[in-house]
Amino acid sequence: MKSFVGIDLGSTTTKAVLMDENMEILGRGITNSRSNYETATRVAKQEAIVDARLALCRRSLSDVPALAGRVDAFLDDLERSFRLEQFLEQLVDLEETCRNQVVGDRFRGKEVSVGQALDQVFVLLRAEASKLFAPGAKRKSDFFRDIAGSRYLNIAEAVAKDAGIAYDLLLNVYDKSIIEVENRPPAGDLDSKFMAALNAILSESPELQAAGDEVRAPIEKALKIELEEEYLVGTGYGRVTLPFSKEHIRSEILCHGLGAHMMFPGTRTVLDIGGQDTKGIQVDPSGIVEKFQMNDRCAAGCGRYLGYIADEMNMGLHELGPMAMKSTRSVRINSTCTVFAGAELRDRLALGEKREDILAGLHRAIILRAMSIVSRSGGITDQFTFTGGVAKNEAAVRELKKLVQENYGDITINIDPESIYTGALGAAAFAYRAAQGLPEGAAA
Amino acid sequence: MSKAPKPDPRDAIKDDSMLKQKAMMAGHYENLSNAKRDGRKVASTFVPGNLNELVMCFDMLNNLPEVNAIQNGLRKTSGGYVQEAEKLGHSEDVCTYVKSDIGMMAKGNIGPHGKPLPDPDLLLLSYTGCFTFMKWFELLREQYKCETIMLHTPYEGDGKITQNMRDYMIKQIKEEVIPTLERVSGVKFDIDRLREYLRESAKAEEDLVWVLKSAKKKPSPIDAYFGGIYYIGPIFGAFRGTPEATAYYGSLRAEVQSRMEKGMGPVTPEGDMGKEKYRLVVEGPPNYTSFRDFWKMFYDEGAVVVASSYTKVGGVYDYGFRHDPDNPLESLADYCLGVYTNRNLPQRVDMLADYVEEYEADGLLVNSIKSCNSFSAGQLLMMQEVERRTGKPAAFVESDLVDPRYFSAANIKNRLESYFQMIEQKRTSGGGAPAMVIGGAA
Repeated sequence: MKSFVGIDLGSTTTKAVLMDENMEILGRGITNSRSNYETATRVAKQEAIVDARLALCRRSLSDVPALAGRVDAFLDDLERSFRLEQFLEQLVDLEETCRNQVVGDRFRGKEVSVGQALDQVFVLLRAEASKLFAPGAKRKSDFFRDIAGSRYLNIAEAVAKDAGIAYDLLLNVYDKSIIEVENRPPAGDLDSKFMAALNAILSESPELQAAGDEVRAPIEKALKIELEEEYLVGTGYGRVTLPFSKEHIRSEILCHGLGAHMMFPGTRTVLDIGGQDTKGIQVDPSGIVEKFQMNDRCAAGCGRYLGYIADEMNMGLHELGPMAMKSTRSVRINSTCTVFAGAELRDRLALGEKREDILAGLHRAIILRAMSIVSRSGGITDQFTFTGGVAKNEAAVRELKKLVQENYGDITINIDPESIYTGALGAAAFAYRAAQGLPEGAAA
Repeated sequence: MSKAPKPDPRDAIKDDSMLKQKAMMAGHYENLSNAKRDGRKVASTFVPGNLNELVMCFDMLNNLPEVNAIQNGLRKTSGGYVQEAEKLGHSEDVCTYVKSDIGMMAKGNIGPHGKPLPDPDLLLLSYTGCFTFMKWFELLREQYKCETIMLHTPYEGDGKITQNMRDYMIKQIKEEVIPTLERVSGVKFDIDRLREYLRESAKAEEDLVWVLKSAKKKPSPIDAYFGGIYYIGPIFGAFRGTPEATAYYGSLRAEVQSRMEKGMGPVTPEGDMGKEKYRLVVEGPPNYTSFRDFWKMFYDEGAVVVASSYTKVGGVYDYGFRHDPDNPLESLADYCLGVYTNRNLPQRVDMLADYVEEYEADGLLVNSIKSCNSFSAGQLLMMQEVERRTGKPAAFVESDLVDPRYFSAANIKNRLESYFQMIEQKRTSGGGAPAMVIGGAA
């Protein structure tokens, strides 16, 4: 099967979309950009392939009687089980890497005790891994670094205390290892992990086990479909750092414009709030970009700002919106300067303002700035599509809806749950066009 | 690991006119440094609305602080000067030409050519729409305590020059400017000498306009912004009215004509430009501290600037105005009244929209200057109006004149590339993309 790949190298995350010959999305993948776009591209692409495999499994399982009415649940199990396999594999890598760090003056005479502590840390990490991927388990993030990191630090602290060794020795080996591990995408081949995951699920369900090949065969078939990469297009801030030739690069403006049009064909205005750019884009009824405006040199009020705020408040990025939603009165914030974000925040807290009210004010401030960029690009014409990571934030969306209503009246506001992939989707469509030899602005 | 040596910008390929221009500028700086030795008086004055022919009638040399700032920007010394001025208390938002100048004075007034610049004997302030000019010369007057002439050019608020305005200008020239120049220089005014210079000016202006208009040809033989900045050097600076300028523009014209006949594009610092892919009109001054990097972002993508407003700041000649030896003072008045900075927003919009159409450009690009309110105020509105009138897309980037801290290369390149690709996409659009089938995903 031919596939067309779009990669969006954002400053915070890297996204990949895999498209088939009918321009249907086969899979999506995301990873943190980790200042290493080459790895980020590989990982995001691999994630998209995993997603694509699941999509192909879905297609081939659709008429399996044993799964009638519960294909979704089965695939959820399969995915979780697969993620667990992958997590365990990376854990092995992390353990080995950590062990190799136990050298030098710092560890002289303590090699054995640190080694034993590491044994224990990883035994515990492995033991609790299945809980992390249990049905309904909430994870702060889906990135290995975040999941493994927060658990490692927790467990290592307790282990160090019990063993009577300094915690920072364990911290040190982890810090030195995690970047290395992160920059090494999971090595094992996907198929065998999928098969291991399948076996795990089957072993837990006598009913499915009884169905045997009825379930196994279609999955094996789906895994065997070859995904030939026909063409790849990269977009986003990191695009120039990659060894992509010019034909394989498109600006994020074009990609977001086209991606938004593909998600919502009625789109005429797009607002994208990314990590370090806010873009207002006007597209014609065919998704061709007519005008755009971006923030100036200063990236105040972009997605990264919320990232800093989350760090300052010691919260997860995804927790900001829900907390702001609890606010009953929004605090007026004038500056959206990322550099001063921490100071602004502490200042407000010192004045006795509530965290949720401050957060509500911060969300309003970034949306106000975004609205100014949109108006510079030509205002909002029905329909209006909001994309980018910040579109997932309910508090930002609430403020946006209010301001759109106040300034432009009744406008249809589209937000796709997968809006973070808008740029990558547009890029995949450009990859498709390029492979067909179609012009940039052509109807595909 | 050894790195390939960075190409020295001095090795860049230059055509004859560029070498000639460089020699003229260098000669002028030598003259300035030798002014005291040679017994010549110096007038500091501004590019927009400069009265070079008149200044020459009194054997005086002109010293242009803006040009000094530009030259320091190109030589990457302005950054230190700007910071020096900030140390002296000038705010970050003040025009960086001013701060570069103040900083240079504070550090011994060594010119861009590496030799001391003379103290001026006279400050000839031609006020043409830029309020900062007045404040700048107030600072210089404080420093040098020399005579100052304030030639007040009425703003073209209604978009036209009236007889009243012209009369007011002539009255100032007769009653203020000339008597002061006579007093400072000790030279008696000779109107025939002025006529002679103006005759030279008109010849050079004719050739300059021919060169700028050559960009209507496809491909354009010149870049009317990055290249244009070299072309305007002599006539906007100390050479308008001189036989050298006439000769320079004559040979420039011949050179461009020959490129045009051969179907060649513009010369860039890396040689002849490749295929012309995009034709742009640019509004606003360039960034000088990263001038070549900025230019490269255009020629690497096949983008040529076919017309620009910046190359009109020292005189708008392409609508027919010429200095006129038969009406010397009137034409000096009309010249000052007509410079780009003295035109109101609707006039600027008219000019830019005309350029987009006449030069068959793909669109308008605004380089908005952070520290120049005079240029930047209203630019977004202008841009939208030009877009509306021409139906061509516009784009907006921001940088600064000579403050290196405000040139964010990645940011500007990103916007330019997006803009070029948007033009390309619009060009090839013959219909739409289909709606996406979202259900295809897992």
